[in-house]
Amino acid sequence: MALDFAKGITEFRWHGRGGQGVVTSNQMLGKAALAEGNYIQAFPEFGPERTGAPVRAFLRISKDPIQIYAQVYNPDVVVCIDPTLLEVVNPVEGLKEEGTLVLNTTLSPDDVRKKYDFKTGRVVAVDATSIALDILGRPFYNMPTMAAAVHAVGTVKIDTAIEAVLERYPGKIGELNKAAMEKAVKEAQVG
Amino acid sequence: MTVAKDKISIEGLTGDAAIAHALKQCDLDVLAAYPITPQTIIVEDFQKFAADGEVQTAVIPVESEHSAMSACVGASATGARVATASASAGLALMWEILYCAASMRMPIVFTVANRALSAPINIHNDHSDGMGMRDSGFVQLYCQSSQEAYDTTIMAFKIAEDHDILLPVMVGIDGFILSHNVERVEMLPTDVVTDFLGIREPVQPLHPDKPITMGPLALTDYYFEFKEQQDRAIQEVPKIYKKVEKEFEKLTGRSYGMIEEYKTDDAEIIILAMSTMGGTAKAVADVLREKGEKVGVIRLKMFRPFPVEEICKAIGDAKAVMIFEKAMSFGAVTHPLAMEIRSALYEAENRPMVLDFVVGLGGRDVPPTTFVEGYEKTKKYLEKGEAPLYETLGVRK
Repeated sequence: MALDFAKGITEFRWHGRGGQGVVTSNQMLGKAALAEGNYIQAFPEFGPERTGAPVRAFLRISKDPIQIYAQVYNPDVVVCIDPTLLEVVNPVEGLKEEGTLVLNTTLSPDDVRKKYDFKTGRVVAVDATSIALDILGRPFYNMPTMAAAVHAVGTVKIDTAIEAVLERYPGKIGELNKAAMEKAVKEAQVG
Repeated sequence: MTVAKDKISIEGLTGDAAIAHALKQCDLDVLAAYPITPQTIIVEDFQKFAADGEVQTAVIPVESEHSAMSACVGASATGARVATASASAGLALMWEILYCAASMRMPIVFTVANRALSAPINIHNDHSDGMGMRDSGFVQLYCQSSQEAYDTTIMAFKIAEDHDILLPVMVGIDGFILSHNVERVEMLPTDVVTDFLGIREPVQPLHPDKPITMGPLALTDYYFEFKEQQDRAIQEVPKIYKKVEKEFEKLTGRSYGMIEEYKTDDAEIIILAMSTMGGTAKAVADVLREKGEKVGVIRLKMFRPFPVEEICKAIGDAKAVMIFEKAMSFGAVTHPLAMEIRSALYEAENRPMVLDFVVGLGGRDVPPTTFVEGYEKTKKYLEKGEAPLYETLGVRK
């Protein structure tokens, strides 16, 4: 049994590509957690940002001040916002047995489990690409994928997450993202 | 009295942004800086505050870091409150003027997002830049969190500008690991910061009506006396640091000390580290304690002047001190932090075994498991009664 250096901390690892807003949605969720009175750390995998290159971001949420400063190796939650990355990265690497895997995918949770041989924990599958194209007219699928994660994990309320997004994007863009997030919560399949 | 909760604003800020917000509240007269990753957000955010009229600061976008520190020295000589920011190669380019700033007794606050030095080019964190300016005469304070970076930046002016000190202060945060990490930061109302700092009272400012010469030639006749005074001034820092922190604690309830001791009282093995590694070490100590291991942590915040007494007292009769440090002094007996600790402990009654683990160069992640690896090695070395002077961990050999 590996030692747990992050007791009481919910740890997220995000996968996306440079330019898709993985760092932003990670920060939005972090700020929502902060608004609910938590301590947070939200940081990208450090490096020069290159559009299209695989990017990771990390989030820690805790009721108490967070002391650990290192990348997240055994996340409670993995969120992958880009379906094409699933052929490149292994999203379940290091994921805790009882952890939650959140994917932007057209696959069902059962198919995801088979694909990654992930038999424990939970799988959340949401077709965030279709939702984004439908509502935003462009493939901005970071916020709807984040919404599915928020809904499934429950560390932060979905309303707080939506508020954080509205604060960052006031006006029409914010409202469209809100609609996309609400739809993602409804359509996300948990299995 | 502690500032009322409803007057405190809480925000999610990166280490860089926390420093920029602190600088915004410190009523700066001049900020002269050149952008360099991972310090960039400090200067970017501050430029925005200036452009939006939120600060009355003259921002000088200089053409190099050598000029940035030169402009700071010039501005500080007129009695202005002055700050700059840099990292890595930028800091290296300032090197000549760092010594001038300290020797001319200019209370400049220098925020640094610590980063590796070239070559090869690397934008990530280690402490090579900070250790490179080790002997420049700057006070050096290394911070663990965004909150601490905010708090320390504010306190730095009060320490630097104290008439018993009058020295520049470096405030260091780990590049990317903290500079780009959004954390919860409690910010004071600006009027509270203004009252806390007051207005700088220069001792002997440059003024056209009262011409004087500063930093001129001093050869065999007087140079040494300048250095003697400079040395005396930096030895006063602990006293003033404690005074300033006490006052700050009254406002905020927060204080950090020159060193932070964590579960050291009965510790047999003590981990000693700076900046964010000091935080990770505490998480490691918690887990090892649960397994019955007597581990403690010293997080060194003040590297210059080096708090010898506090360190020796905190180490007490521990069997071993394992140092984790992010810099190398090539060809030295050990690396910079361990050299200090070894020297500090030379007069101690119970000299513990000193282990020097060099880790994390060029931003190589230092996860808790690296500390555990060092801990297991240390236990073996204690059993054997001997250990190497230093070793590297987390590197291909």
